Amino acid sequence: MSQRSTAMPSLGREAWREMERNSRRENWGRAWYKFSHNPLSVIGLATVLLIVLLAIFAPFVTPYPEHAGPFTDFANAKQPPSLAHLFGTDVVGRDVFTRTIFGFRFSLSMGLVVLSLVVPPGVLLGLVAGYYHGTWLDTVIMRITDIFLAVPPLILALAIASVLKPNLFNSMLAVSLMWWPWYTRLVYGLTTQMRNEYFTTSAEIMGASRWHILFREILPNCVSPIFTKMSLDMGWVILIGASLSFVGLGVQPPKPGLGTMVANGARYLPDLWWIALFPALAIVVIVLGFNLLGDGLRDLFAAEEI
Amino acid sequence: MQTVLFIVRRAAHSIVVLLGLSIVIFVISRILPGDPARIAAGARAPDWVVNNLREQMHLNDPLPVQYVYWLRDAVQGNFGLSLVTRRNVAQDIAEFFPATFELALYAGVIMAVLGISLGAIAARHKDSWIDNVMRVISYLGVVTPSFVWAIIFLLIFGFTLGWLPTLGRLTEGVPAPPRITGLYTVDALLTGRMDVFWDALKHIISPALALAMGSMAQQARITRAAMADNLAKDYIAAMRALGVPERVVMNKFLLKPSLIPTVSILGLDFAATMSNAFLVELIFNWPGISRYGINAMLRKDLNAIAAVILVLGVVFIVANILVDMAVAALDPRIRLSAARGV
Repeated sequence: MSQRSTAMPSLGREAWREMERNSRRENWGRAWYKFSHNPLSVIGLATVLLIVLLAIFAPFVTPYPEHAGPFTDFANAKQPPSLAHLFGTDVVGRDVFTRTIFGFRFSLSMGLVVLSLVVPPGVLLGLVAGYYHGTWLDTVIMRITDIFLAVPPLILALAIASVLKPNLFNSMLAVSLMWWPWYTRLVYGLTTQMRNEYFTTSAEIMGASRWHILFREILPNCVSPIFTKMSLDMGWVILIGASLSFVGLGVQPPKPGLGTMVANGARYLPDLWWIALFPALAIVVIVLGFNLLGDGLRDLFAAEEI
Repeated sequence: MQTVLFIVRRAAHSIVVLLGLSIVIFVISRILPGDPARIAAGARAPDWVVNNLREQMHLNDPLPVQYVYWLRDAVQGNFGLSLVTRRNVAQDIAEFFPATFELALYAGVIMAVLGISLGAIAARHKDSWIDNVMRVISYLGVVTPSFVWAIIFLLIFGFTLGWLPTLGRLTEGVPAPPRITGLYTVDALLTGRMDVFWDALKHIISPALALAMGSMAQQARITRAAMADNLAKDYIAAMRALGVPERVVMNKFLLKPSLIPTVSILGLDFAATMSNAFLVELIFNWPGISRYGINAMLRKDLNAIAAVILVLGVVFIVANILVDMAVAALDPRIRLSAARGV
């Protein structure tokens, strides 16, 4: 302790910062090396990046951006896949490829909105319940969490979505109400371990505030599992969102939700198979991408709890 | 004694969860804008009819009192009349439940048998090409939603190959077997109608497979991981060193402890299968409780929605208890610690 306090001024504050920056860069380099060692993780990352870029620039990269909404062109309806229409056209003549790319926008925003609604309260409750382990706060929070986890998530999300007006935002709300307990449980498990670690105890002895202990000592140590779970959950939330749209409780036509398109296309099986099949495969690709990425992150952080 | 204590503890916990679920459902059914009495009476009913109905439905009481009335009826299996069809909801549920249960049963058998065998094969050939192929298959299985599998199987088995029928539980013209259990394949066997049995069996394969794919892939992954872990343990090496035949090592000493994680996930998946069934039921036009529930949800038929969710929730919770008991039977350590209340 005394050695370090004499060494520090001689090195100078700038030099310390530089050292810190270097070690951080080194850590990133090492992490990337480890991550890129598994080709599946890299494929996952590439898929996710590609889909995000396609979704952002959808109006510029799709051949018929006007087909994303209520558009009809009966002369070109029911065309099988061809060079002009990669995924064919639907029953009113809209390009299925264009609509699928636009569909990614709804899926991604579903995932992003749900996770940003779910993670802060879920994590906060987990931190509090874990830190006050064994008290009534712990009991109340974790019993409520149990109740939510004891119900099949899809059915309650459906029930909530069904009493609200069916649209994208309400389906996000419904899924969010079902999703927070997973984060509470994850962070709860981590926090109950960490409250007995030396760094927490020493912070307590030094008289640090509860706020400091929860958010500056414990939370930073939970960040990598949380991020890993988020990347895995992106896939699952998108899947549930697509399921809600599929039954008519999510994105409403003529908006091109992937699940909505599959549901409408399913009526024209088997003759017009492309209308349902390509959006369905698009769901598989986006969920697969986030899963591969999440698995890669999990291996990287060796976060086995998730 | 310890086992009994374990079951009692588990059941007590489940009752708390069930009560919590019933509160959530009750709240959902009451936050909907609009007057349930008005919906039930119809838009053109005179005000005094609606007022009487409000009194009759206890809608003028405070919410906690309403909840107690609602719960008392629900426990007795009385969910009232459907607000849309005016039919008795409990009877509807009794009619549609067996179809979904049968579907889930077949899906459960498929995911247990195929999932565990695929996982065991992959573990035995760890890090070979077989293992890699299995890994890709299970990845695809996990990330593909059941309604996509449904469409794929419909296209392949139903239309392209023409092996399996595409819609419903029976071919048109084939009479439904007399109702004993409500499960067509079982009833047909009990009454000795082999033709009906084959027809019902053919109808159930594609939807059950579509429903099972996701969980099956997960079972395979979990079984493989658990077996691979245990394979590296000392007791397996000891067994082999003692000259115990490889088959016995594999099937007796390796498989049983490795099944613990699989069984816990399997039970949860089976219960979730009941509620995920609606995605598949919609595509195969399967007259089950999930499809009934979806229609109720789209029409905002509150009594029916509440009943469907409560029934599926009970199935989920009962399955959870059964799983815990099965796991405890496989692993004495869990049984002991749970009885001690650790």
